[in-house]
Amino acid sequence: MDFNYSEEQQMLTDTIGRFVEKTYDFESRRKLAKTELGFSREHWSTLAEMGLMALVVPEEFGGMGGSPVETLIVMEAFGRGLVLEPYVGTAVVAANLITEAGNVAQKEAMLGAIADGSRRFALAALEPQGRFDLWDVATRATSDGAGYVLDGRKAVVLGGDSADTLIISARTSGRTTDRVGISLFLVDAKAPGLTIEGFPNLDGQRSAEVTLSNVRVGSEALLGARDAGYPSLEWAVDHGIAALCAEAVGVMSKLLDTTAEYLRTRKQFGKPIGSFQALQHAAADMLTALEQCRSAAVMAAAKVDSADAAERRAAISAAKTIVGQAGRAIGKHAVQLHGGMGMTDELAVGHYFKRLLCIDMTWGDSDHHIEQYAALL
Amino acid sequence: MFLRESAEEASFRAEVRDFVQRELPIVIRDRVLTFQRVERDDYVCWQKILHVKGWGAPAWPREYGGTGWNATQRVIFEEECFAAGAPRQMPFGLSMCGPVLIAFGTEAQKAKFLPRIIAMDDWWCQGYSEPGAGSDLASLKTRAVRQGDKYVINGQKTWTSFAHWANWIFCLVRTDPEAKPQAGISFLLIDMKSPGVTVRPIRTLDQGADVNEVFLDNVEVPLENLVGEENKGWAIAKYLLGHERTNIAGIGMCKRLMRRVKEMAGTCTKRGRPLVEDPRFRARISQLDMQLICHEWSLLRIISLESGNKPIGPEASVLKIRGSEIQQDLTELLMDIAGPYAVPYVPEALELGSTVQTAGDPLLNPLAGQFLDMRKISIYGGANEIQKNIIAKAILDL
Repeated sequence: MDFNYSEEQQMLTDTIGRFVEKTYDFESRRKLAKTELGFSREHWSTLAEMGLMALVVPEEFGGMGGSPVETLIVMEAFGRGLVLEPYVGTAVVAANLITEAGNVAQKEAMLGAIADGSRRFALAALEPQGRFDLWDVATRATSDGAGYVLDGRKAVVLGGDSADTLIISARTSGRTTDRVGISLFLVDAKAPGLTIEGFPNLDGQRSAEVTLSNVRVGSEALLGARDAGYPSLEWAVDHGIAALCAEAVGVMSKLLDTTAEYLRTRKQFGKPIGSFQALQHAAADMLTALEQCRSAAVMAAAKVDSADAAERRAAISAAKTIVGQAGRAIGKHAVQLHGGMGMTDELAVGHYFKRLLCIDMTWGDSDHHIEQYAALL
Repeated sequence: MFLRESAEEASFRAEVRDFVQRELPIVIRDRVLTFQRVERDDYVCWQKILHVKGWGAPAWPREYGGTGWNATQRVIFEEECFAAGAPRQMPFGLSMCGPVLIAFGTEAQKAKFLPRIIAMDDWWCQGYSEPGAGSDLASLKTRAVRQGDKYVINGQKTWTSFAHWANWIFCLVRTDPEAKPQAGISFLLIDMKSPGVTVRPIRTLDQGADVNEVFLDNVEVPLENLVGEENKGWAIAKYLLGHERTNIAGIGMCKRLMRRVKEMAGTCTKRGRPLVEDPRFRARISQLDMQLICHEWSLLRIISLESGNKPIGPEASVLKIRGSEIQQDLTELLMDIAGPYAVPYVPEALELGSTVQTAGDPLLNPLAGQFLDMRKISIYGGANEIQKNIIAKAILDL
């Protein structure tokens, strides 16, 4: 194995690192998070111009055909700056899902629009009763001659209030918790009958509660095979999880840098607080956890495209669990070591902690993924 | 040993439970139990109800309007109040300034301030911490210079809880900059309405603003507001920190949070079944419950030592460490109950009378915020690292 970046990957690392450093100083981020949109349309365009929206789109549809390693590079940099643009929903989850499950017409219509930054997607997969279970789908899609009628409610749709298109999982047959009988639909955010209520998240990003009441779509809205949408859905969300793991590594590494700097400079009892062994050990625990997470994120990137679904599932669930638990631990340490200052909204520390918490609570916390992993033993 | 609650203790518990049940206003109880923001008036209202009953100052001597209860009775009282959803009794007047005045104050100071503390006619706050001081309290810099019949104060205090609601602040100030750090400090009472006092809120991770910075700019304080002797404030500071040891265990809060965890895990569902039936979650609750049960026995055991007039050593630090960790773990469990709904957070919905909509059930909205807010308890009151130093010093004798 070779864990070094190729020349192209190193260039990508440098480019995206410069963008984040230049654009995402903490004060600018804070202002951006308080706007109604919660991110910047200009940044979105810039990211598209840099080719980042096209990263995983196949070359034949105007993309770069990048691998999960390229996504890892981008996401780690985004993590360091707490980037607010809802990149994962469009450029990772939707791009992968449409590439995987879409027909040629859908790919031609959608992938180009992802690549050039002209359309944003959000995945509406969770439901209020289902916690983290993607297969718990009560939303119904009923055949209606030319198309389908959708009714139901979708929960905590990340980036849902700024998306142009929602990818909605709905039941076309079976019982609420069956893994067969789920179909995926591409639904325009302005479709009549669709209500999208946006909410701020703990970490400054945004999500939406989505209600579908008699939403009519044509048969061309069906993404992938009818009743058999679940495997693609899980596959695409796993790509989202791999991306989040990489982002978490960026968040943690910045948090550790910030904390180490504080331990070096803040003085108490006449010396830097970093000279106290108890605090040194806490810092050492943070670094140990971070290295474990770095490995987890790389493993997730390596296995997320695996043809063996069980191998993919095990790697993704392991990575998500390790990252989720370490994220909480590192965040707690960082706040504690900063003392009262760590509790303030003014310092970046708490915001990094909150992003780690939200990553843990997105697409399955450690309880959920330990259970997934255990089922494979 | 008699390892059961005595008949007297049981009947005392019943009396407290009955009283709180009857007298605690339902709107306040509901606000407290659902983690909505509790208002100044709520705290004052509850304190006045207790005061009328004669229970306003559980730990004060009878001659000053206290109850004369022993430590066990105080624990039972606190536990029942918390269990019923009462707001906590604000410690700044009752457990901090009051006992200091009783021990060190002049007769005039006692007569002026103690009745107003117990009736909560004044809201006190604590001016100890400063930027750059933190756990190293002796490095505080706020200066008090004597000019005729007054002191003139200049400096800055921070982490001042509820300063925005307070009309009095007790402060540690430096009166002799030449002396060694602990020696030149005095304990002063400052009227917050004095010219030169500015309060600036500090917004915290949960988007609340309970803590503040307090700026003191040429604030004039009459000499009669000095407590104890000039330059002898450090002894008072230490007395204050060591005073109300039982509260530090947070047992009432622990039990209230545990009950909330069990309630919510019983009503929130996973795959159509109550979350409490999920084996993994059930095991986590059980493990924490076991910790909590033992924590309670630690508290009972340790306070019984106190009433036997033996000095409490590093055990107080044990209570602080475990109490803070258990409270933090409980709020983490609460957040985990919310699952994906831990992510959206609408802090405005926690304000009094708010009709702002939340993403999921309004009961889920504050849970992640509670978890974040609770990170502070391993930091304040002497960070847990400092508590561990105290324990290590005691057992290693280095």
